[in-house]
Amino acid sequence: MNKRSFTAPYIIWIIGGTLIPLAMMFYYGLTDESGTWTLQNILAIFEPGNLRALWKSLLYSAACTVVCLLLSYPIALILRNVKRAKGVIVFIFLLPMWVNFLLRTMAWQVLLEKGGVINGILGWIGLPKARLINTPGAIIMGMVYDFLPFMLLPINNVLSKVPNSLTEAAYDLGASKTQVITKVLLPLSVPGIVSGITMVFVPALTTFVISNMLGGGKILLIGNIIEQEFTVGDNWNLGAGLSIVMMIFILVSMAFIAKFDKKGEGLA
Amino acid sequence: MSSTLVELEHISKSYGSKLIIDDLSLTIHENEFVTLLGPSGCGKTTTLRIIGGFETPDSGRVLFEGRDITNTPPNHRNLNTVFQKYALFPNMTIAENIAFGLRISKKSKQYIDDKIKYALKLVNMEDFADRSVDSISGGQQQRVAIARAIVNEPKLLLLDEPLGALDLKLRQEMQYELIRLKNELGITFIYVTHDQEEALTMSDTVVVMNQGYIQQMGTPESIYNEPENAFVAAFIGDSNIIPGFMVQDKLVDILGVRFDCVDSGFGTNTPVDVVIRPEDVILGKPGEGRMDGRVTHIIFKGVHYEMEVMAGGFEWLVQSTVGHPVGEEVSISVDPFNIQIMNKPASEDEEAIKLDE
Repeated sequence: MNKRSFTAPYIIWIIGGTLIPLAMMFYYGLTDESGTWTLQNILAIFEPGNLRALWKSLLYSAACTVVCLLLSYPIALILRNVKRAKGVIVFIFLLPMWVNFLLRTMAWQVLLEKGGVINGILGWIGLPKARLINTPGAIIMGMVYDFLPFMLLPINNVLSKVPNSLTEAAYDLGASKTQVITKVLLPLSVPGIVSGITMVFVPALTTFVISNMLGGGKILLIGNIIEQEFTVGDNWNLGAGLSIVMMIFILVSMAFIAKFDKKGEGLA
Repeated sequence: MSSTLVELEHISKSYGSKLIIDDLSLTIHENEFVTLLGPSGCGKTTTLRIIGGFETPDSGRVLFEGRDITNTPPNHRNLNTVFQKYALFPNMTIAENIAFGLRISKKSKQYIDDKIKYALKLVNMEDFADRSVDSISGGQQQRVAIARAIVNEPKLLLLDEPLGALDLKLRQEMQYELIRLKNELGITFIYVTHDQEEALTMSDTVVVMNQGYIQQMGTPESIYNEPENAFVAAFIGDSNIIPGFMVQDKLVDILGVRFDCVDSGFGTNTPVDVVIRPEDVILGKPGEGRMDGRVTHIIFKGVHYEMEVMAGGFEWLVQSTVGHPVGEEVSISVDPFNIQIMNKPASEDEEAIKLDE
């Protein structure tokens, strides 16, 4: 056996798992049901219903990304100065990731639904029931809960690698504690922030499970529309066409993000 | 002596149960080059960090120009630090690194530009302003770190083993460079090192530390020529430390042989440690000196030969420009003024010598 034959499994994997499905997606996306080439499935993104779903997806995933960033950065800053039990604290943040993603989202369903745990508590202390589930808030909440570790990890990775001598040097040169963060830690953690944003924004943009379970099928994100075309609508061509649009969207945003992360340091 | 700049008053510091600095007091004058010298773990870096404001002492006070700054944070102290590993900001150019402190204190652009130029010229790095930090060598990074510190015109510059990571040749060059800088700038340097040669070369005052105590403080000459205890003698240069006893003033018994010396005030028949530098041992023909012995080792060191001579049950370290082959019978004598008498250490602690360079 020469060395090359060791790469065979990976080549098979790439062909079977990436290239063939991609080719099929492009074929379906660029043809109609009769098999004639067309761009209508791509242009379908401009239909009002689809455009609205795309807009909502962008809005919710952006909101989720901002919330994740605002939650993660202070924690990562605090973790920098934690000497003992740092691993334990990071572990606690990561622990939910070990529970299946569907189960975690289902748990939020149980918490938020009309006769759910939170409304039960509200009723018990004499407050009126609140409409929690099937709202944009519920979807964003679910997204943040599921994707937070993907923001925290890369930022924590980059920040914990910044040597103490750098912050001490800034402090020594007259910087206040706030300036140490804004002038030294923040610029040095850009790669981590960028990769955190990528790892949260992209899956949040295309999710349909979270919006299905916590949006009750009433709030349609672009992921839901695509899913429905494949399942309920039985229109693979349209589903594939919209998927291509999303893929282009993600590739463009990745290229944009890559500009900030030239060295790829943030990718943990 | 010029006026006092920094005073440490009864500083103590421990980490957990480990005592790092024990009741240390030290006065540093303006325009002085002070070196804290000692093996790792002796408390020298902690002392520097307390002066810099990165550590707070458990007890005691730090005075700067007579003002108590014990609890003043580093950004409000009129001093700057050159860190052991340079600590340059990798996201900034050389010029931006140097401008950091000046921008924080909101100096005008013209002032900052002039200062950058001046500082780069001072450390011979004029052409490097727009280079990135990781494109220059360790020695150059060290110069930039110094430039970045001095543009803020501190009264005091703290240097934490700044030459430790450089190779020997560069280290020696930088030693001259630092002396020149100190003289040009007229500011006080506190320098931490475990390298005795660095300490002796550059300092006005050397403070030898071990286990959180100051062992001896003085000019490089006095530290080298008149070590006060066995630790200092062993740490600074090579020496023969031989147990003996003072017979009376100016007469010491070494290995059963009486030597004339110049020390007095130790009492009569007091056990002492005797320090004799290897270059002060005079070898002669058998019977010509105070005691006879035999050469057991010899190596050529360039300027001189280094020999070991077994005499009176002690292995003497001898340096001489004249070599004697192994096995040759020789005699040993020492001029009285080259015999240094030290009190025996009072406690086990003082005796503990860690030479982990």
